[in-house]
Amino acid sequence: MCSGRVDLEFVFRAFSKGMDGVFIGGCRLNECNYITHGNYHALSLVLLGKKILEQIGLNPERLRIAFMSAGEGNLFAEVTNDFVKKVKEIGPLGQNEGLDEQALKVKLEAVTKLVPYIRLVERERLRVPVQSEEAYHKFFKSDELNKLFNETIADKMVISQIMLLLRERPRSTGELTEILGLNPSEVSRHLNSSSRQGFVRYDEGRQRFVPA
Amino acid sequence: MVPDPFNQDISANKAVHIYFSQAVPLITYIDPESCLYLKEKKCLICQGVCKNDAIDFNQTEEKVEVNVGAIILSPGLEPFDPKVRNEYGYGKMQNVVTSMDYERLLCATGPYEGEIRRASDQKHPHKIAWIQCVGSRRVTPGDNRYCSSVCCTYTQKQVILTKDHDPEAECTIFHNDIRSYGKDFERYYQKTEQLPGIRFIRSYASIVSENPESKNVTIRYATTGDGVKEEDFDMVVLSVGLNPPADFKNLASKFGIELNEHGFCKAIPYNPMETTRPGIFVSGAFQGPSDIPESVFTASGAGSQCGELLSYRRGELAEERIYPPERDVSQEEPRIGVFVCHCGANIGRVVNVPSTVEYTLTLPHVVYAQEQLFSCATNCAKEITDVTKEKGLNRVVVAACSPRTLEPLFRDTLREAGINPYYYEMANIREHNSWVHSKEKEEATQKAKDIIRMSVARACHLEPLQEFDLPVDKTALVVGGGLAGMTCALSIANQGHEVHLVEKEPDLGGTARKLHYTLEGLDVQAYLGDLIRRVYQHPRIHVYTDAIISDASGYVGNFVTRVKSERGLTVIKHGAAVIAVGADVYKPTEYLYGKDDRVMTHLELEEQIAKGNEKVIKAESLVMIQCVGCRNEDRNYCSRICCSVSIKNALKLKELNPRMDITILFRDMRTYGFKEDYYREASEKDVKFIRYTPEDKPQVEADQEEGRPVLRISVTDLILGKRLVIDADYLALAAAVIPSATTREIAGFFKVTLSLDGFFKEAHVKLRPVEFGTDGVYLCGMAHYPKLMPETINQAYGAAGRVITLLSHDTVIASGSVCEVDENKCISCGACITACTYGAIYFFDTLEGKKARVNPVLCKGDGLCNTKCATGAIQLKHYTDEEILDQIDAAA
Repeated sequence: MCSGRVDLEFVFRAFSKGMDGVFIGGCRLNECNYITHGNYHALSLVLLGKKILEQIGLNPERLRIAFMSAGEGNLFAEVTNDFVKKVKEIGPLGQNEGLDEQALKVKLEAVTKLVPYIRLVERERLRVPVQSEEAYHKFFKSDELNKLFNETIADKMVISQIMLLLRERPRSTGELTEILGLNPSEVSRHLNSSSRQGFVRYDEGRQRFVPA
Repeated sequence: MVPDPFNQDISANKAVHIYFSQAVPLITYIDPESCLYLKEKKCLICQGVCKNDAIDFNQTEEKVEVNVGAIILSPGLEPFDPKVRNEYGYGKMQNVVTSMDYERLLCATGPYEGEIRRASDQKHPHKIAWIQCVGSRRVTPGDNRYCSSVCCTYTQKQVILTKDHDPEAECTIFHNDIRSYGKDFERYYQKTEQLPGIRFIRSYASIVSENPESKNVTIRYATTGDGVKEEDFDMVVLSVGLNPPADFKNLASKFGIELNEHGFCKAIPYNPMETTRPGIFVSGAFQGPSDIPESVFTASGAGSQCGELLSYRRGELAEERIYPPERDVSQEEPRIGVFVCHCGANIGRVVNVPSTVEYTLTLPHVVYAQEQLFSCATNCAKEITDVTKEKGLNRVVVAACSPRTLEPLFRDTLREAGINPYYYEMANIREHNSWVHSKEKEEATQKAKDIIRMSVARACHLEPLQEFDLPVDKTALVVGGGLAGMTCALSIANQGHEVHLVEKEPDLGGTARKLHYTLEGLDVQAYLGDLIRRVYQHPRIHVYTDAIISDASGYVGNFVTRVKSERGLTVIKHGAAVIAVGADVYKPTEYLYGKDDRVMTHLELEEQIAKGNEKVIKAESLVMIQCVGCRNEDRNYCSRICCSVSIKNALKLKELNPRMDITILFRDMRTYGFKEDYYREASEKDVKFIRYTPEDKPQVEADQEEGRPVLRISVTDLILGKRLVIDADYLALAAAVIPSATTREIAGFFKVTLSLDGFFKEAHVKLRPVEFGTDGVYLCGMAHYPKLMPETINQAYGAAGRVITLLSHDTVIASGSVCEVDENKCISCGACITACTYGAIYFFDTLEGKKARVNPVLCKGDGLCNTKCATGAIQLKHYTDEEILDQIDAAA
């Protein structure tokens, strides 16, 4: 099994279970034991995972990848100690980021539900043509990626969160705004577009949104 | 208690003991040297306490006569004993230790359980010095003249480990040349040198005195800048060299073989594994000081040569192992048994094993748990089998070490109990736990419990998997018709297999065509001619010259390679492939090469000498520059052979024209092993050696001196501290050995990997140096890394040995842990097909349309495709989402 086998679902499952940080160790880049170079995929997964964490209001430093060989026990210890220290500084998941338990749960669940979709997006739109660590970091920091991410993933994630909350019970725009910690106009925008697409509808009687 | 020889007599052991915790076989025995009963007929306490009545003092030595057709001598080596030379204070000063002593001090199973302590006060030394070349490279009586080959790098390893133990440690290495000539060693040297608190000092060092109170040791040394200095150290490590095995004379006379002047086995120049007596071969350090990869080459290579003698009887003494029928437990509830290993003290002294066992019993589906002293010992492994049967277990978790070494053994215990081996799961509580948390015992116990809980969760979902037999085509393909390829092909063919030998040039011979003589005096062209003749005359070797490989597909046991050659297009089916494509020589761009005819490479010089070019031979003055094109930013490795080649050429020129002025400009002379003798000889014959640094390289310009056109070479003499100017008639550049131009293409065809420097990357640099991670593909010669002819021959036979191991079987077993597609979930998007670099996934037409399918023999189980599949249709068996997610859940 290669670090490329590590799935976004694994990472978010760990966060859902209350882990405060997730670390992925991979072989050194360009020193693949297969011919797969799956560690580049793992890197891409981590960089994307950090974007998602940021998007849902969690500190992206909670996710880290490092590359090392089996002979570098000292490096592994160093990186692990450093990561543990960092995660301790950030504190328990959600707390330091001002997310209450419910919001955290909804947000993580929304991401998990979107994983199959994110895989498609990643495949179609987020491939980095050059295999170098620098190129990967550059791409994931670029405006182009930001735009793509917002277009393809960010909106979907908010909608997914809204749907999860509405499936629990009908809710008003105000309620949704509060739980998700977003600004009201953004929530309205998503509710409008979701209504148009037939995902949600406004129940006049209850004065609440409900799943369509 | 008696001194424990395994721990260099630093700690004590009892008369009844195991040799060391990883010994094979791991059996307790009574040391006759220290047992009171065996010495003085008293005591017998052990007999009384042994409940199994296992101690029998009546056993006597048995002599067994075995008839054999061939013998391999691998008696190893003996570390140099610095007591024979008084100068180092070893045995007198408590804090002077040998590198062997220090190795034990560093080790978790060592005398202080991995803590480095001084004998005088049990304190941790903070300031440590290493003295290199102890017992080596010296002509004084009692010392060895040769270079011991391995000490530079093992010292670097010890320094790195010391810094792991104590990041603040100050380490000083007193050295002569740094001989990091092995694969990746140059980078290793740089890594060591760049650690904080490390000083490499190029100076002879002598031990002056011991401080009577602190017991610190004073070393005297000299540097060019500061002159003679004295400095105190908490501990001094003597980097001792390698001697021939103890009692080597007796060994030689017993077997009727000859020794060389150093007491090692006398080598036949064209076959370093052959002794002077037919049928007796040698492997390992008895050939001469050598590192692990060389020992592995020769072990496998000597095996292959025995095979050439005995292959007609192959398999006659083999017995097939018969396992009980497999019980179908897939419908049963999981019944998990957990065995927690103490690993002697390795785990047990950190992790509270009994409490871990107790905890394990509370986990869901765990119906049985126990502790074991060494789970891998024969009796404990059998216990796992017995308990599995007795308690009706259908899954087993062993909490012990890394699965890397012992997983196959434990899987076997399940097979013996009639359970599918994939129902086995390993929890690593040693490398991942007790070894790294030795000081945090409580936390380590908690972590052991966590790791086991995760393994148990995973074990619940394990599925029985079938390994399958693949037929093996008994033919081999050897790519590259140089010395390595031909030697390997002959050894394989001599053992009854067809071999196809593919060479891109019109003639066989490779780089050896440009070589004429060796340091040891072999006439290369005569030998090569004979080898080529034997290859062509061999009925089972098929030679293709002017050949290009246009395609290669298939997998272990069943490759298909297309070759275009002077024979036309041939489709070759073969079970194994050997990559022996050799290497190229760097074409220098520096030092006027290509601009002035008098500047040539070391190989071109050899060519001129062999041709008898009078101008070159009669030259008044010749200069050689070492390390041209390597040990630099572009090629961060040592080409290994160039120092020896330059010495060889210098000696040849001195033989032909003793009055010639020869100067070698070098960075480190890397004439390792017995080649040191030739370096000394060159020096004695007045070849001048001037060291330069990469920051201040020699300068070369074409000029006139009293009407004579000369190459004016200037270089800083580091000892005199001034610029020297040499007027030379010729300049020879020791140009780097670089990966063959075909390397990348061949790597693509056979799906094998390259290392950072562009040479082929073996499966394991030390332990599997002739194999690739890709099954059925093997490696030898300079394609692996630059090497001298005897080393190439060692590795070529070594590769042949591994090929034979494969080809002598009718079938090979392919792993059950491969990917599989659930066709109901597959949406035919092709994401997995794009992700698979092995080409193992393809579309298959079904009634529901195209669906992805996996060819399980091509799948290597990396599992990348799993993360690309939007519907989760493709799953890597043994690492399914379900198995991993439950393991993650159990972590929380």
